[in-house]
Amino acid sequence: MSHAPQTSDPTQGGTSAAARHVGHPGAKEYVVIAVILAVVTAIEVGVYYIQGQLGPVYKPMLAILSIGKFAMVAMFFMHLKFDSRFFSLVFVTGILVAVAVFVVFLSMIRVFFV
Amino acid sequence: MQHAEPLDHGVAETPSLGVDNRKLLMWLFLGSEAMFFGSLIATYLLYRGKSVSGPFPGHGFEYNIPYTSVSSFVLLMSSLTMVLALAAIQRGDQRGLRTWLLATAMLGLVFVGGQAFEFTSFVEKGVTIHTNVFGSSFFTLTGFHGAHVTVGIVILLSLFVMALRGRITPENSLTIELAGLYWHFVDVVWILIFTLVYLYSAH
Repeated sequence: MSHAPQTSDPTQGGTSAAARHVGHPGAKEYVVIAVILAVVTAIEVGVYYIQGQLGPVYKPMLAILSIGKFAMVAMFFMHLKFDSRFFSLVFVTGILVAVAVFVVFLSMIRVFFV
Repeated sequence: MQHAEPLDHGVAETPSLGVDNRKLLMWLFLGSEAMFFGSLIATYLLYRGKSVSGPFPGHGFEYNIPYTSVSSFVLLMSSLTMVLALAAIQRGDQRGLRTWLLATAMLGLVFVGGQAFEFTSFVEKGVTIHTNVFGSSFFTLTGFHGAHVTVGIVILLSLFVMALRGRITPENSLTIELAGLYWHFVDVVWILIFTLVYLYSAH
């Protein structure tokens, strides 16, 4: 197997990894993302105070907003969007296992049964 | 077979997967932490509303949402300062690195201090880790999260001292990146805790 030329940056690991480091956000983009996260947090708090009027939509709406924030931090601040997909696989696997355990536990106490 | 170049501590680091071993280790650790916090959050949610005595949300106890919202904002901004620290050292800006590292640590301290104050106010309202299943699941979850934040602050302050001594360079900026991954993970866990614990509570 041929290797890409060794560089001083050990995180390169090959041409494809180096190419994926291109396009990282800069300081301005990070600030914009932080502002978006702050606005979404404000929306979440605002939604909390009108949850009576939202009824059954309240919890799914909050879930979507928080998952969106989670994804933005993971993709942009943690660089998952720009880094090797293998890191995403590792991280998402842990999350999926946690969710699976949660679902199994809920099933064991019959939450999903009428 | 071509051999990988050894690191200064004699360990070959170029792996067959094409990713840095240290970064892979951090992501594996974060994957395990996701399972850890996932189980704690699941436990809290399963015990929600099932306390048979003592105060719990909707029964003689309410969260202070405005107060916790400010805490959440502080931790979110600490993620921004952390990523700005990484961006700074990657372009060789030592002063920026030190500034943003210290800012991140300070914001983390504000968050932990806020949590500690919140915990004492809960105790005054009669909610402790021993009171009921709400108290035990809440304090276990948020206590472990607070402990993780505290460890993160220690790491950040250590890196700040290293930066003061000029030991962090663009060539070894992976150190900052790894600390940043840990810190951002602590932030995303709080994003979930804030929603599922505080905002999902009975109104």
